[in-house]
Amino acid sequence: MTAQIITLTINGLQVSGLASETILQVARENNLPIPTLCFLEGLSTQGSCRLCMVEVAGSPKPQPACVTLIQEGMEISTHTEQLLHYRRKIIELLFSERNHVCAVCVSNGHCELQDLAREHGVDHIDFPYRYPAMTVDASHSRFVLDHNRCILCTRCVRVCGEIEGAHTWDVKNRGIRSLIVADFDTPWGSSTTCTGCGKCVHVCPTGALSEKGKSVAEMLKKRPSLPYLVANRTLEH
Amino acid sequence: MKKLRLATLWLDGCSGCHMSLLDMDERLLDLAASIDFVYSPLVDVKTFPETVDVTCIEGAVSSAEDEHKLRTVRERTALLIALGDCAVTGNVPAMRNSCGIGQVMTTVYCKREALNPQIPATGLPTLHDQALPLHSFVKVDLFIPGCPPSADTLFSALTALIEGRAADLRLNTRFGA
Ligand code: SF4
Ligand code: SF4
Repeated sequence: MTAQIITLTINGLQVSGLASETILQVARENNLPIPTLCFLEGLSTQGSCRLCMVEVAGSPKPQPACVTLIQEGMEISTHTEQLLHYRRKIIELLFSERNHVCAVCVSNGHCELQDLAREHGVDHIDFPYRYPAMTVDASHSRFVLDHNRCILCTRCVRVCGEIEGAHTWDVKNRGIRSLIVADFDTPWGSSTTCTGCGKCVHVCPTGALSEKGKSVAEMLKKRPSLPYLVANRTLEH
Repeated sequence: MKKLRLATLWLDGCSGCHMSLLDMDERLLDLAASIDFVYSPLVDVKTFPETVDVTCIEGAVSSAEDEHKLRTVRERTALLIALGDCAVTGNVPAMRNSCGIGQVMTTVYCKREALNPQIPATGLPTLHDQALPLHSFVKVDLFIPGCPPSADTLFSALTALIEGRAADLRLNTRFGA
């Protein structure tokens, strides 16, 4: 059987892809960047951060590019004024939700949230900051989880469950009260399922998960060393 | 050409942003040709002038006194710049906001102090419960994030202001830079 080829336009450019591909995949294959945060190639898609929202002609609402499959004749815009405005506001909300003090953060200078703010010209946060009192779990012998910096992207949950197969991480509560927890909400150090592989630390886009002993701006995530994620995805096809 | 009347103010910050101003080194001489430094912790003027073209404010707003200064400066300034992360985001001074001022004062002045522990009160400005960025109180016209923003960033910003190019200014800086 031959795979069905679909043609569509992105920002006026004629492109094509397989029926099984998402808008994000086709856009990236054609070097048309769409910003993402919760998305990580090789992990299941969550569609929760909403940064990849694009406009599809004829649809009243923007659609998340990472989970929307392409359709014949689609006309997609990825960078309208309205979308850029939404993206800036999403970034501002992420900053205002918990406590991001970049100047003293382990990930300063190597953080996906910080980079997004810079790329989108977010030079201040219009929303009032919430300043929640968050905890830091440093009970693990090699790693630290700092809830102050967590943006609830769930990359850690997915890499642990889907790639490492340990499923140590999960999310408790809902909405603004959501929190990443190990096992049945035990300190990370007493988790009986954690293998200590460190995959969660390296997929985490922010300074929320880091290696112990790393000081300000010292936590470099080994993102280029994640080819096993991509390899895993190709096997599925 | 009429010289730009520039002022700077130091609220709840570490003075790092002012150090960055000084770090412009010999470029300060170039700026001096087109700028009148009318008020600053770096010059010997005691009262804030009635009219100023541009004021750069370093630091978060942490006390009633900070807030009062900020409001006065805003009234007398045409273009107000939030200079550095503390002024822009609250940054390190705002780290106390999640526990409340009471707990901070007891921890710092009573729990750590072996001799005569007491919270200093006389002659000092009362701290607000939260340290907040400038734009929580007044309109800010330009935000320059960075901890501190580099001398290069400040030089680009000031040159753009002198040349009247502030509108399309895109500075090479970020939170924490
Ligand atoms: S996680 Fe990123 S955005 Fe948050 S404080 Fe750290 S460097 Fe800044
Ligand atoms: S800890 Fe990191 S990877 Fe996990 S949800 Fe929070 S930000 Fe995402």
